[in-house]
Amino acid sequence: MTMPFYVPPEQVMKDRADYARKGIARGRSLIAMSAADGIVMVAENQSRTLYKISEIYDRIAFAGVGKYNEFEMLRIAGVRQADVKGYSFAREDVNARSLANAYAQTLGQVFTHELKPYEVEILVAQVGATADEDEMFVILYDGVVMDKAGFTVLGGQADAVATVLEERYESGLDLGAALRLGASVLAGSDGSALPAEQLEVAVLDRTRPRRAFRRIKAEELRGLLAAS
Amino acid sequence: MELLRRAGHTNEQTVPRGEAAPPLEAPVGTTVLAIRHADGVVMAGDRRATSGFAIASRRIEKVFPADDRSGVAIAGAAGPAVELVRLFQTQLEHYEKIEGETLSLEGKANQLSQLVRANLPAAMQGFVVVPLFAGFDDRRRRGRVFSFDVTGGKYEELDFQANGSGGVHARNWIKSQWREDLSRADTVDLALRALFAAADEDAATGGPDLVRRIFPTIAVIDADGFTALDDDEIARRADTLIGGREEGGD
Repeated sequence: MTMPFYVPPEQVMKDRADYARKGIARGRSLIAMSAADGIVMVAENQSRTLYKISEIYDRIAFAGVGKYNEFEMLRIAGVRQADVKGYSFAREDVNARSLANAYAQTLGQVFTHELKPYEVEILVAQVGATADEDEMFVILYDGVVMDKAGFTVLGGQADAVATVLEERYESGLDLGAALRLGASVLAGSDGSALPAEQLEVAVLDRTRPRRAFRRIKAEELRGLLAAS
Repeated sequence: MELLRRAGHTNEQTVPRGEAAPPLEAPVGTTVLAIRHADGVVMAGDRRATSGFAIASRRIEKVFPADDRSGVAIAGAAGPAVELVRLFQTQLEHYEKIEGETLSLEGKANQLSQLVRANLPAAMQGFVVVPLFAGFDDRRRRGRVFSFDVTGGKYEELDFQANGSGGVHARNWIKSQWREDLSRADTVDLALRALFAAADEDAATGGPDLVRRIFPTIAVIDADGFTALDDDEIARRADTLIGGREEGGD
């Protein structure tokens, strides 16, 4: 019988964290920001059918970066939890905070107990009646939850993108201005903003009555990007 | 449905059998109808629920959006019917979010048929629920109407259908007036008139209540989606229409 080598827990955790971070760093970034019309989410995404941003419930959206199959599984679990809760109680009882907590539990559990951690960072955003009531939760691969205000950046070059965005972000932007800002910041130091074909954009529109989530695609996206 | 069942919800009714038990009197919703026209469909329902010979509610709603392209109208035992609608709405939305696209209209109708079938044990005990389902078929670019029987049987209607205790009167009225080229506004008027005809002949169907200002529910579904007409508009149409022809009839 072979004796397993002793590896200190600090080392195990560090290795896992490094592994997860590396996986996430390979992906492209995603931005979410509070604007006048709602929460605008902009991601760099070459695919027009495999989404990073999607609807969870009436006022709640989900966004994930990293490994597609892993955050897709988390998205489906979130939709299920929200739909069951809304059906059992009332639609207004479904909120982002409890979803974020559930995600934190799952990711934390997977991080410590499974063979490999999930290589994902996810965002749960809930739009309010005013920008002050918007809620954005970012959950990391190890289950750490962060409550963000104003804007947040997920994914590969998150820190670099966040630094640039910090300088240029202001509250009260309209939809077009917010997504143009997102497109230009995501392009990095190259200067020119990303074209519509490389962007996935969605908004939690606070003016819509029930289901606030809306994708901005093709013609509409091109129009908004071209305006200034 | 599988998901909700796992979470402890079910619409499969288990009503205790008992020969000697007195029949339960639960509120029953009465007349609903759906009419196809050139650009979509119109769904309407009266506002009365009865319990035996008593009026259980004067303001019940029987026409609901199923999603933004279809609607469901209920006749029969009000409690299970409203619950069935809630479950149906949840399922359609759940499917849409998980799959990223909406079900076909046919798919939605089949789903509803399964829900009605699941209610069969309760229906055998007298709590019958028979919905009407109508919507705009995006792929065929036209409105379609489906009716259901108590066993979950699904039947597509060519042009219109009416259900509930006053259904036969409403249907006869529609049959005599319906034409292929009805506009949306004409169809709304026809729905109102048909409901009035039903209320005129059937004690369980509520007519327009001019004292309390309660009017039928009317929704139109077309390429722009499901729109419930607001009360003021319905009241205006009802006032002009019903003042004319029916006045003085016996």
